[in-house]
Amino acid sequence: MSARAVPPAQDPVRPHPAAAVEIEFEGRTYRGVLGQSIAGILLANDVVDWRTTSVHQSPRGLFCGIGVCFDCVVTVDGVSDVRACQRRVRGGEHVERQHISPPSPSQEH
Amino acid sequence: MRIVVVGAGIVGAACARALTGAGFDVTVLERGAVAGGTSSSCEGNLLVSDKTPGPELDLAVLASTRWPQLAVELKDQLGDTFPSIEYEPKGGIVVAYSSAGADALLTFAETQRQAGVRARTITPEEALELEPHLNPQIAAAVHYPDDAQVQPTIAVEALLASARKAGASVRTGERVVGALRDASGDRIVGVHTDHADHAADAVVNAAGPWAGEVAALLGAPVPVLPRFGMVLVTPRMSHRVFHKVYDADYVGATQSGDADLQTSAVVESTAAGTVLIGSSRQRVGFDDRLDVRVIAQIAAKAIALFPFLEQAQVMRTFGGFRPYMPDHLPVIGPDHRVAGLYHVTGHEGAGIGLSVVSADILLAQLTQAVAPLDPTPFALNRATLAPHLKDAA
Repeated sequence: MSARAVPPAQDPVRPHPAAAVEIEFEGRTYRGVLGQSIAGILLANDVVDWRTTSVHQSPRGLFCGIGVCFDCVVTVDGVSDVRACQRRVRGGEHVERQHISPPSPSQEH
Repeated sequence: MRIVVVGAGIVGAACARALTGAGFDVTVLERGAVAGGTSSSCEGNLLVSDKTPGPELDLAVLASTRWPQLAVELKDQLGDTFPSIEYEPKGGIVVAYSSAGADALLTFAETQRQAGVRARTITPEEALELEPHLNPQIAAAVHYPDDAQVQPTIAVEALLASARKAGASVRTGERVVGALRDASGDRIVGVHTDHADHAADAVVNAAGPWAGEVAALLGAPVPVLPRFGMVLVTPRMSHRVFHKVYDADYVGATQSGDADLQTSAVVESTAAGTVLIGSSRQRVGFDDRLDVRVIAQIAAKAIALFPFLEQAQVMRTFGGFRPYMPDHLPVIGPDHRVAGLYHVTGHEGAGIGLSVVSADILLAQLTQAVAPLDPTPFALNRATLAPHLKDAA
């Protein structure tokens, strides 16, 4: 998959100067511009998966891209289930790959 | 003997399976999709804890002994490749946080014990041992070991798959538009749909909240009304809710006839790891729009019960219609006004749990066998329904 980021100065709708921001994901720093979503920055840096499914351990990234499917959730600064497609980056976020183990069948607790 | 079952929700599916298993030639007619109505917009509760002593509780107690058998039967019939119905006999815990609530809960539990329900009054410490993440300010708590849960959509599909294996035919996207009558006009001998005519020796109306509409089309009105409810769903998380847990206000809400909004916290985990958070009751006709004020109220009450939920995201919210009867009892059995017509509906919020025993009762009535439970309280011509029946006509 090839991702494409339009330089903010050439944005046909709302051209604006690019304020650089950074996020950290799996030990690496990724650069983007203010206003981008977490998913946008990761995709523009050729990162396409940031969640591991519970049962089959499959990689997941962006699916619907509009906040509906919850497939793209990540843990941001310790808070889980944040939709990467909806969260705009402010700079300095610590993003973690989310993997939640399937719960064991209900035990007589 | 040919039987048409109208509705492919949990009740229609349970009836189809029971009747097919007894050798009847069954056709299920569903205007939409299988489990496309109430059965896929609910929580899959199999509860004894919320029932007041009386005929509905008797049904629920019987149902709590039937589901474990059914889970095994379905697995044997459908094999390992069919998804599990996720039957979980996890038990329920009802908690009160005020002294008034505690008195009401403990009194209620005592009446249930006298009716033969296992209702264990537990100390706040015991409650916290069973549910470590509960708000600890507990005034009283009761443990109901016989509460359970299923995945309702899969349960419907499994019941229908089992019925199909035994020869039932399930026709979706086919809407009943009227009755076929015999020459005298007194007996229903089938139904007329938007696709075809289906001759039948008996017609079973199992259309849930829409059973009133179907009954009217068949010329025999029944006073079933929709009662709307909303449920919040969190993303998958590690299990922190181990039982069906609800606040003591819930029982009052189920038993009330109030059309206005009522909410109470009902919280449970699913096998997939999501947490389902209910519940609300409102009579708003068939208006299925979600209301953020109701959602906020449900969420606030759930957080009061389980403070950790404050950090949880809500992944989805859905609404559904319960088939509400004005006297809070389902209708199971023949229509006394029209020969050949049977109704199995009006279980309000308990239809998933009560479906299978309701089907057992219907089968007994159709075969003149002894029912597993006295069906008289569920008859359409019962006294408590008479005024409403007149209004519906």
